[in-house]
Amino acid sequence: MPRMTVNGEAVEAAAEPRLLLSDFLRHTLGLTGTHVGCEHGVCGACTVLIDGRPARSCLAFAVQCEGAEIMTVEGLEEGPLHTAFRRHFALQCGFCTAGILMSLTAFLRETPRPSEREVREVLSGHLCRCTGYTPIVAAALEAADA
Amino acid sequence: MTGGERIEDRALLRGRGRFIDDLPAPPRTLHAAILRSPHAHARVGRVSAPEGVRLFSGQEIAAGLRPFIAVLRTPMRHFPVATGKVRYVGEPVAVVLAEDRYRAEDALELVEVEYEPLPAVVSPSAAIAEGAPLLHEAAGTNLANRRRFSYGDPEGAFAAADHRFAIEVRYPRSAVTPIECFGLVAAWDPDADAFEVTAPFQGPFALHPVMAAALGVPANRLRLRTPPDSGGSFGIKQGLAPYIVLMAAVARLAGRPVKWIEDRLEHLTAAGSATNRETRLEAAVMADGRVTALRYRQLEDCGAYIKAPEPATLYRMHGAMTGAYDIPNLEVENSIAVTNKTPSGLNRGFGGPQVYFPLERLMHRIADRLGLDRLEVLRRNLVKATPHRTASGALYDSGDFGAVIDLARPALDELHARRAAVRAEGRLYGVGMAAAVEPTVSNMGYITTVLEHEQRLAGGLKNGALAAATVAIDPHGGVTVTADSIPQGQGHATVLAETVARMFGLTPRDIRVVTEFDSARDAWSIAAGNYSCRFAPAVAGTAWRAAGSLRDRLARLAAARLDLPLEDIRFEGGMVGAGPDKEVPFARLAGLAHWSPGTLPQGVEPALRATEFWSPPELGPPDAEDRINASAAYGFIFDICGVEVDADTGRVRIDRYATAHDAGRLLHRPMADGQVRGGLSNAIGATLFEAFVYDEAGQPLAGTFADYPPPTACEVPDPEILHLESPSPFTPLGAKGIGEGNAMSAPPCIANAVADALGVEDLELPLTPARVAALLP
Amino acid sequence: MKPAPFDYLRPASLGEALEALASDGAMALAGGQSLVAMLNMRLARPDLLVDIMHLPELRERGHRVGAAVRQCELAGLHPLIDRALPHVGHYQTRSRGTFCGSVAHGDPAAELPLCLVALGGRVHLASARGERTVEAAAFFEGPLMTAREEDELVIAVELPRPDPRAGYAFREVALRHGDFALAAFAAVADADGVRLAVGGVADTPVVIDGLAIDADAIDARDDFHADAAYRRRLVARVGRAAVEEALTCRA
Repeated sequence: MPRMTVNGEAVEAAAEPRLLLSDFLRHTLGLTGTHVGCEHGVCGACTVLIDGRPARSCLAFAVQCEGAEIMTVEGLEEGPLHTAFRRHFALQCGFCTAGILMSLTAFLRETPRPSEREVREVLSGHLCRCTGYTPIVAAALEAADA
Repeated sequence: MTGGERIEDRALLRGRGRFIDDLPAPPRTLHAAILRSPHAHARVGRVSAPEGVRLFSGQEIAAGLRPFIAVLRTPMRHFPVATGKVRYVGEPVAVVLAEDRYRAEDALELVEVEYEPLPAVVSPSAAIAEGAPLLHEAAGTNLANRRRFSYGDPEGAFAAADHRFAIEVRYPRSAVTPIECFGLVAAWDPDADAFEVTAPFQGPFALHPVMAAALGVPANRLRLRTPPDSGGSFGIKQGLAPYIVLMAAVARLAGRPVKWIEDRLEHLTAAGSATNRETRLEAAVMADGRVTALRYRQLEDCGAYIKAPEPATLYRMHGAMTGAYDIPNLEVENSIAVTNKTPSGLNRGFGGPQVYFPLERLMHRIADRLGLDRLEVLRRNLVKATPHRTASGALYDSGDFGAVIDLARPALDELHARRAAVRAEGRLYGVGMAAAVEPTVSNMGYITTVLEHEQRLAGGLKNGALAAATVAIDPHGGVTVTADSIPQGQGHATVLAETVARMFGLTPRDIRVVTEFDSARDAWSIAAGNYSCRFAPAVAGTAWRAAGSLRDRLARLAAARLDLPLEDIRFEGGMVGAGPDKEVPFARLAGLAHWSPGTLPQGVEPALRATEFWSPPELGPPDAEDRINASAAYGFIFDICGVEVDADTGRVRIDRYATAHDAGRLLHRPMADGQVRGGLSNAIGATLFEAFVYDEAGQPLAGTFADYPPPTACEVPDPEILHLESPSPFTPLGAKGIGEGNAMSAPPCIANAVADALGVEDLELPLTPARVAALLP
Repeated sequence: MKPAPFDYLRPASLGEALEALASDGAMALAGGQSLVAMLNMRLARPDLLVDIMHLPELRERGHRVGAAVRQCELAGLHPLIDRALPHVGHYQTRSRGTFCGSVAHGDPAAELPLCLVALGGRVHLASARGERTVEAAAFFEGPLMTAREEDELVIAVELPRPDPRAGYAFREVALRHGDFALAAFAAVADADGVRLAVGGVADTPVVIDGLAIDADAIDARDDFHADAAYRRRLVARVGRAAVEEALTCRA
């Protein structure tokens, strides 16, 4: 019965040890904004913040997060990143988007004035098949500037 | 042209999308896991599991099914699950059900299957060679079909040619692999003997009756719904069709709803991909570089089964085998092989890359062999004026191809200068180009080109491409739009809202677009779905027409009420009429039709709901000489790129990429550009990284995203996108598709640049560092 | 892709962890960036996972790096590691993965083990039976095979202190950014010469004389992404570039 904070709320729910954090968030807590794309840690769709740091929720078990603070896309406040994503058409199907928002949220906090190269390196941890990435890079740089 | 922010984005950015795995499942739903074959070719014996495992073997499932109907009537029967034999690694052998996916996978491990492995055959040329292992014994051959076509006088042209140049290409398998895998919920209603399935199936809905027939029910007893959101498809989610049948059958056997969410390993092994193809293309060429005839010999590899709608990949381009060129004489020999690989299916660019790669590589070679300027040779052969009827029957509808090339010309000149400068420093730099015609809105009859004309006549001539859309106005003037396309990220809601709002003088915010599709309630026909870029040219245009018919109705109502001549009625700013004091709010007018149907003027129909169907009349069936106009409209693309090849590592870096398009009228410029960037990024993957590689025993080697590597933000450049807009005379809004073109043009464009950089003639995709380095000194 | 069942233990002390790891079928869980993917594919089947990430004993972060230290916490520890870090997985995996976990996993293409070997570092192991130390050069025995016994935990890796007069360089060739290396090179140029550690080419990281590179002497691997000849080409060309860079950086 792991206890943790998810998007600022205390959560306690049954989880067998093998339950992936991604499944715990989606199916136990009903936070379906976190998406699952590969379950082997490459596509980045399931990225959430664990104690403020981006992490693949498919490569963590819910039980490991006992005492941790989890943030998912549902917990992000509407802000410059959202605006920039809309302005730049930085999403199409939107399936990979939640994970990208989580990575960029953490990254822009650490690196408020990133170069395009740095943004692309962070994004290389996410696969997007729709956009060709350029609009996402532009949105990230604009949000950093905001 | 409009181009406002997307309606879709707010929900998606806040994690409130509704994808298949997000939807609540019906009560008592069981979760499925599929036992898949570890062998490329084997006889399947007993399938068993301990007591307590909810196991459904292939035999048991198939007993309640009929084989899939196919265009090609061959003895190669195809069920969604293996019966006596498995024919590719990953082929479903059995299904287990459990309370959740974890337990379903536990149960899978308890199932035992007896296999008797058989020799496998992986390449199509090996498959049709004497003595190859037979996949389908009943067929007696792995060659499913062979047809020869001749248009004009290719023999004469080759005899009269100054030169003959040829190219041989083995085009590999790849797929755009959407980030959301397959998924579905299937249920059976025993009282109605009807199936209800929810799945992000993308169409074509020509497969709906195919699925129903496999389940042995009339199509009205297979209710197929789609979730509001789909996490990308790019053609691939057409491959859900056999799984819909498989899980519907299991739901019937189990008497419980079944949910199946495909995982990535399953997807990369068995979801499907583009075909691989072996092509020999020969050109008859005059001394000035003019091509007078083309001769294709194509050997298509559809994998283990000719899965509907295959062999469509081979025939989609049939009318446009001469590409962007005016070449009057054409010969084509098409062969279709089955091999011990995953059955092929739709994939962005569908059939285009396999044709344009040899064609555009060959044009490059012709210029080089003749010592002529590459662009000059391309221009000399270019279609000069539209409309243009190709040798094999396509009708290129609009556009000035040369003018599109002119758009990119300055960039090309700059690239040539850059090449000279970089080479002067001793580095490897190449410039490539490619021209392509991008077909849009598929003719539902083109696949029958694979048949002899007598067979076509016997089966009834198939043609056309019906699109459907419905617009309804509620008593408060709210407008709701539904259409027969399944969005997978292309912003259908935004474009439909903008299109319909314009018709009524409203804002997009006033329009609600419902993107969930329901085969039991929505207007649709077999062409429905989201493929061959039919949305902008066909679906949005059909919604426009449906809105137009309601507007006519409202205009007559307004004219009567305001006592104005009909021609004075305008729809602007939420008002209907002829300016201040002579207008009525749109909402009031709508309310009138609902609340006072008895007092409407004579001849005005009260209903504020219109369903429109539209099919382009230019799409006839293949004629007796096998000429086929396979698509309603044709865009044009001219791509150029500069690449630098690292002399140490063989890595190809795309230094600059410019792509010039004429896709007719653009309905939403930023989204059109988004389609270009996405298509290009997929093509870069297929050109430089991605391939479904099999070993000689038919074992797939690229089973994860580490071994099957889609490009990341570090490998995809920011292209320059240029547009000309020559409206199509054949589509309601003048729009053509734009989403597939770069999937067709970019592989040869990049390969031409790499060939230029290395000074080599032959290249095989993907151009991985190791493969490129092998060509370096 | 869901793991088979297992038990989970979050021990309160290193002693408790080592005790648990002594039982059959127990495995240590650190950052999980390789292990959990293997669990999801059911390629690893532990009965018990021992989560070592909360043990204060494993938090050392100096010339010894403890097993609970994540890769995102390594910046500034050593100039060679700093150069290698951008190539280690991705931003999103470095925030979870650990140095010791990567060493224990023993992927021949991994960057951190390569650095450890290049620097002549050491691996500290502990079990309920006691502690021992193995030279990095002897620790890696084959693909995903190391000198670690089943009940042992890599509790720390030890890096020699940076030599301010030495030059360090790191080069990598991968298919895509962040992928495992087709070949990776860590070069250390100091008063004794140039050590060139080569990863991704043979079954383990190997160290060769950077001033006399003989690519043919390395038993290079073949896979469908790159054949042995290509990997040897990288050794000869990119390996040399790494050596030259290290020499340039040598004070």
